[in-house]
Amino acid sequence: MSAWAIVQHPLGRLSMHSLPFYDMLQNPTTKHLVNGSIAGFAASLVVLGAIVVVGLITRYRGWRTLWCDWLTSTDHKKIGIMYVVIAFVMLARALIEAMLMRAQQAWGLGGGFLSPDHFAQLFSTHGTIMIFFMAMPFLTGLINFVMPLQIGARDVSVPVLNSVSLMLTAAGAMLVMVSLVLGEFSTGGWFGYPPYTEIAYNPGVGPDYWIWSLSLAGLGSTLTGINFAVTIYKERAPGMKLMRMPLFTWAALCISILMIFAMPPLTLATAQLALDRYLGFHYFTNGFGGNMMHFVNLFWLFGHPEVYILIIPAFGVYSEVFSTYSGKALYGYRSMVLAIMSIAILSFTVWLHHFFTMGQDADINAVFGIASMLIGIPTGVKIYNWMWTMFRGRVRITTPMVYALGFIVLFVLGGMSGILLANPSIDYQVHNTVFLVAHFHNVAVPGVLFGMLAGYHFWFPKAFGFRLDERWGIFSALCWTLGFMLAFFPLYALGIMGLPRRSAAYAQPAYVPLEMVAFAGALLIGVALAALVVQLWVSVRHRGENRVPAGDPWDGRSLEWSVSAPPPEYNFPCLPVVNDRDAFTAAKEYGTAYREPGEYADIVLPRNSATGPLLGASGFGIAFGLVWHIWWLAILCALLAAAAMVVRGFARGLTRTIPAAEVRRQHQGWLAVVRASVPVTRADERAPANQGLANPAVLRETS
Amino acid sequence: MNRAGRDPARPEPSRGRSRRIAKVRITRTLLRCLAICVVPLLLGACVGDIHLSFLDAQGPVAAEQRWHFYWVLGVMGVLVAGPIFLALPFFVWRYRFGNRQSKYTPKWAYSRWLEIASWGGPIVIVGVLAYFVWLDSHKLDPYKPLASSQPALRVQVIGYDWKWLFIYPDQGIATVGTLALPAGRPVAMYLTSATVMQSFFVPSLGSQIYAMGGMVTRLHLLASRPGRFLGENTMYNGNGFHQQKFTAVAMSPDAFRAWVAKVRTTGVPMSARILGALARRDTREQLIDDLPGNASRAGTVYLTGVTPQLFPAIVRATRDGSPMPLQHVSGRAAKAAAAPAAPRARQAR
Repeated sequence: MSAWAIVQHPLGRLSMHSLPFYDMLQNPTTKHLVNGSIAGFAASLVVLGAIVVVGLITRYRGWRTLWCDWLTSTDHKKIGIMYVVIAFVMLARALIEAMLMRAQQAWGLGGGFLSPDHFAQLFSTHGTIMIFFMAMPFLTGLINFVMPLQIGARDVSVPVLNSVSLMLTAAGAMLVMVSLVLGEFSTGGWFGYPPYTEIAYNPGVGPDYWIWSLSLAGLGSTLTGINFAVTIYKERAPGMKLMRMPLFTWAALCISILMIFAMPPLTLATAQLALDRYLGFHYFTNGFGGNMMHFVNLFWLFGHPEVYILIIPAFGVYSEVFSTYSGKALYGYRSMVLAIMSIAILSFTVWLHHFFTMGQDADINAVFGIASMLIGIPTGVKIYNWMWTMFRGRVRITTPMVYALGFIVLFVLGGMSGILLANPSIDYQVHNTVFLVAHFHNVAVPGVLFGMLAGYHFWFPKAFGFRLDERWGIFSALCWTLGFMLAFFPLYALGIMGLPRRSAAYAQPAYVPLEMVAFAGALLIGVALAALVVQLWVSVRHRGENRVPAGDPWDGRSLEWSVSAPPPEYNFPCLPVVNDRDAFTAAKEYGTAYREPGEYADIVLPRNSATGPLLGASGFGIAFGLVWHIWWLAILCALLAAAAMVVRGFARGLTRTIPAAEVRRQHQGWLAVVRASVPVTRADERAPANQGLANPAVLRETS
Repeated sequence: MNRAGRDPARPEPSRGRSRRIAKVRITRTLLRCLAICVVPLLLGACVGDIHLSFLDAQGPVAAEQRWHFYWVLGVMGVLVAGPIFLALPFFVWRYRFGNRQSKYTPKWAYSRWLEIASWGGPIVIVGVLAYFVWLDSHKLDPYKPLASSQPALRVQVIGYDWKWLFIYPDQGIATVGTLALPAGRPVAMYLTSATVMQSFFVPSLGSQIYAMGGMVTRLHLLASRPGRFLGENTMYNGNGFHQQKFTAVAMSPDAFRAWVAKVRTTGVPMSARILGALARRDTREQLIDDLPGNASRAGTVYLTGVTPQLFPAIVRATRDGSPMPLQHVSGRAAKAAAAPAAPRARQAR
């Protein structure tokens, strides 16, 4: 790069060619028209969406609120909510892409309507988004919101770092969105194996978009992992011993450790690939001493623990859901803790099962195959323990329970196909076919997405102070479950019939009927997502009837239910003292809940900080500059990021104090609301009478 | 002779034709397709005259894999899924909120015997399965030669974007589009890629294995009887990925000999030009358009004068960073290239 080059090409590789409809205008064949229209429509959705959002914020004079109350906030609850918002936006995009792909394959006999390149971008963005920008933000958001409340803390240990993590993730998500408008995304799938993603085979911007969006998200997740682990180790309320922590918090601890150890191999692998692409290194090229197998190993050394980073928080949610809606203590707490911890450790010992077919020795394949099956043991224990939690309980079929029950049924099937794949001899047959696609969706959709949605329904009233509509919720949950079955069970059969994954088209008429069924399933899943939107709309409109200001709508068991809904920014007027495993259930039983503390103290909270948004924005700028070879932009943004960190280092007055009198006023105000509420039994859980105060009578044992 | 009685080497028809044929086939085989939709596992997914699936196994490896598949599925279904699917609805119904008759023990959270059972059960099941994983992984190691009274036929496979080149080093011929095999005789394959990573797969015969640039992987297959089998690449490698198919055709030993003789007489000599055309990122159809008119028969390219040194030369050239060894066909370069042993993803045993 010379100074002259910067002057000559101030926008790097960016030009008219980068617009999605350029091909269509230059060469208007039918195929180009169809693909250009779809891409152009998607791009204009992104642009229009951005314009509408900006317009609405301006119309309602929301910029100040947005900046002061949200973007610069260091409150873990708000950061958590923002994470979940990102997750839902990205879920919508990736789901639409999935429906397009199913439509393409349904009409894929001999061609379909999408170009192979367009189809490849769809499966690459679908996978990248669902893993890094839907599931990860969703679970990080839930943990952010819930975990500090569950351990009786005021916030995470390093609140500003939390905001930085959020903004880096948001920058990565935005980069993926921008790829819809400018240029194209990678066609190398979510794992982007070289040498296909090397400069020799893919000189365009696609793999660069993939590399830098993953790098931003990966950095954010590493920082999140450190933050969560430190929080759980250091910020627990008095008496909250490790073995008294709710299972969801255990899950959070578990995945924090996994994030700290599993993210670096990904960062390393993508950085090496970037060196190959930008500076002519040869880590993973065919020639000059490079070897693609190193990337494959590094990627899955991250990739398999990642699977458990995604699924263990959902296990945590299910543990809370089964126990709460069965009105019963979680069965086998110690076993459950032991099980997730063994899953966490085992998850580092199985990465090779992603490539049994790469030519290893049978000994190695067998060892990794057996290690993969071992994970089935603790997972099986968890399934049994959830069922024993329902045993002799009083099971209420609420929306989270529909997800949880659907999860057990589907996850057992997904686990079975997983055991099949863990057999190297069988994997040689179904690897890289849509059987594999069916398998990992069969564990990831019920195991991750259903768990996150169950958690969303479960904790929504805590976050916003009103319950979500149950009828739409259950309808949506049923659509998800049925839609999932229709969409993915046929893929098992198609995989056995030899259809490779990522096929834009095929020549076997025998595939058509099954593809059609799968397409119908995808449509049903689309209905499920639409139902979630309607549910939110209906619930917000009727929020007056569904308010739960007392904060405990489900007769909850852990500390987050012991405060108002929504909770005060400092979470607890005075830090709780924990004597039992189900801390809030015990408090309700012994009559110590809703008590006024002897005295109130001043509460010190961190001030808002612009460091997070600044680092996020400069991170986005660096990544965008690197993708398009706009070097001055990348350098400028790197300097900006460095400056932001230095300035932050010299900043003073980082805290603010909420005086004891104010805390007392707020707490007494809430206690008055609690006293005015009528305690409801579980029979009235879904009625407007449920104001968030549980009638403890239900706790009595019967025989 | 070939089961269908046609030109045994006939590959899949061209795209335009296949679309027309496909339409006819859809109407003709609608019922069969519906049946496949309902019971694909039972039918084993043999459609038309092409065998697609390992459940419709045409060789000992795939047959063994089918048996493992059913066996593991059966064990898991009976011991894992069965009990859970029976107990789950029972628990939900019996302990539903509205049922005041059932017992309610809100604090019960531990039972030693249940703990032992819920850990012990999975441990035993996984233990048994693990034992078979060990056995089967070794028995079906794709690097392991297949037991047979006949010597294995050597085939060198090179993955290009987006077609496969099959070299028969001992016969001095090569093909694109059709992999002809003598039925009943093992085939020893050496695989590499002249481009990105690919995965070679003939489902109804047996395992798939990656083909990687600069490296050689091994695969052993055997077709028990004459037939036509779907062959493909399963590792995404760009726009032509879904068209990177071929037909594996197993034929009687006599028919195979006749086929070799036919290739020798009708094929065109391998040349630097053809190698260059192979290395272009094109589908097989586009390759055929590029070649001289007599180079292909019904979608298959037949090449003669292919030395055993071509394969190691390409491995070496790919490893050393120049993807197109143009001057290997004869002369000094070929001899130099053939000398050092190609590095392998794993040493063959």
